[in-house]
Amino acid sequence: MTESSGRRAVVAGGRGETSLPPAGVTAGALRRNRTNPGDRAFRNITRLFAFLVLAIIAVMVWEMYRGSRPAIDEFGLSFLTSSEWDPVRDLYGALPFIYGTVVSSLIALAIALPLSLGTAIFLSELAPPWIERPVAFMVELLAAIPSIVYGLWGMFVLVPWLRSSVEPVISRNLGFIPLFRGAPYGFGMLAAGIILAIMILPIITSISRDVLRAIPGTQREAALAIGATRWESTRIILASGKSGFLGATLLGLGRAVGETMAVTMVIGNRPEISVSVFDPGYSMASVIANEFAEATTKMYTSALVEIALVLFGVTLMLNVLARLIVWSVTGKAGAA
Amino acid sequence: MRPGFNHSWRKFKNGGMISLSVLSVLVAVIPLFLIFFYTLSRGISSVNMDFFTRMPKPVGETGGGMANALAGTGILVGLGCLFGLPIGVMAGIYLAEFGNNRFGMVVRFMTDVMSGIPSIVIGVVAYILVVLPMGHFSALAGGVALALLMIPTVTRTTEEMLKLVPHAYREAALALGVQQWKASLRVILPAAMKGITTGLLLAIARAAGETAPLLFTALGNRFWSTSINEPIASLTVIIYDYAKAPFDDWNRQAWAAAFVLIALIFIVNLVFRYFAREKYGRI
Repeated sequence: MTESSGRRAVVAGGRGETSLPPAGVTAGALRRNRTNPGDRAFRNITRLFAFLVLAIIAVMVWEMYRGSRPAIDEFGLSFLTSSEWDPVRDLYGALPFIYGTVVSSLIALAIALPLSLGTAIFLSELAPPWIERPVAFMVELLAAIPSIVYGLWGMFVLVPWLRSSVEPVISRNLGFIPLFRGAPYGFGMLAAGIILAIMILPIITSISRDVLRAIPGTQREAALAIGATRWESTRIILASGKSGFLGATLLGLGRAVGETMAVTMVIGNRPEISVSVFDPGYSMASVIANEFAEATTKMYTSALVEIALVLFGVTLMLNVLARLIVWSVTGKAGAA
Repeated sequence: MRPGFNHSWRKFKNGGMISLSVLSVLVAVIPLFLIFFYTLSRGISSVNMDFFTRMPKPVGETGGGMANALAGTGILVGLGCLFGLPIGVMAGIYLAEFGNNRFGMVVRFMTDVMSGIPSIVIGVVAYILVVLPMGHFSALAGGVALALLMIPTVTRTTEEMLKLVPHAYREAALALGVQQWKASLRVILPAAMKGITTGLLLAIARAAGETAPLLFTALGNRFWSTSINEPIASLTVIIYDYAKAPFDDWNRQAWAAAFVLIALIFIVNLVFRYFAREKYGRI
């Protein structure tokens, strides 16, 4: 039976030639052959693995939730609002870490966003192909450098430079603003923000480029035809890509929030909340990196897992939101 | 006349904005050169035979190498591939071949979202899944963490590369009466193999550069170990440890390791780039 049905299916497929499937033909599009046992097995086996990917994500969420249950039951919402982090007394409040993550990520965005947009505009609107390719490759390479190398560079090159040349100058001239007051440690929020900015620049740039590419060329041509300058036509295009840029920004923010090693190595790792960007801070990812292996009590571990869960939740939301926006604008996923 | 309609003002603004755009490109690319310059100048002088063949010296003694960390990274990445590649590749095949339905969209979307999960969170999950039940840190746990990290990239790479195979291939195979699954496995997959392999290489190189998920899974080890049941050293974790240490000699070796890592990743990227241009023009 199986043999004959298989043959029939192929014949049916042959007869279907009159109505050729559209150019985007995949195995799934040719439903007629579904009855073939080999095809069915192939489809089901690969589907099983696709399902496995979903299952893995579900297991991750469930296990983290289970692991953080003790801390959630013990501290409730005060976990997020208390700034007391005292493993000796088994008291855990994550506010300083949340603060550090938020501030360092915002600094990163403030630096990276204009640079990425400028780079994306240059690459897709201004540069001839022979410049575009190598520059785009360099930006991609920036994304390929491991976090630990950024951290090493930040620790031995960026931080000393900030301490000796940048922070003293800023605090002398702009010291009346509380943000720029205080001793120039080098290690601190500013260093973390700068490193993060370099690290998220490639993803914001590449997705902004996709967004710009997705805008029909007729818009440019129309603007140029009625005598607009290059910048004026670009501005029109920027306006229609607005939501796409928002998506790119959110993706960059998601990266910044979860970045661990580079931040850990330059942020100073001090669980304090202070206004000045020169002061050392701590981030959620960093506290997990530093303390997880040494967490002795069950509550300690559980508190750190809860931080991981919060981090997961935040990056998940940012990613879902960003991908939805980017998908709707460019019609494809912004593969990182 | 309003300034907005003044011709020379418009030209001036145009020039200004274009210069700003060019300037932002320069600022964006400078860090790349700085990082390359520093890893090269500080790292290369310490990369010698000892680095590849010797073991770390006890605290306080200078010299020694990172043989155990190189082997450790190899083993961890190997374990990651062992668990991660089959799942990722098979899921990618599903997405490319049968993924034009709602389930496919969900999987595609979730893999994209999964690739955005911070690596440190993946480490925590691997700790809960492997380290806690086993009762101790191990290479196995590190391998699981790397596998979890690789799956989304591998899935999407496989899918993208399969989709690049011209449809005529499948049509030709089906016209000859080949069953679909055979067409997929014997015609489409081999045609995309080169692309998939280089794409996977990229994913593997990225996994080799990961640190955060290894900190409390593989942990690190100052001695030679190839057992997947024991804590194991890795190039990245040893950079972290050596960078934090107050010994100049260790800092020096951290730069050397960073140089080796960067060189590896740079080469893989160039290969990928070269291949991508040769085969498909531009990616």
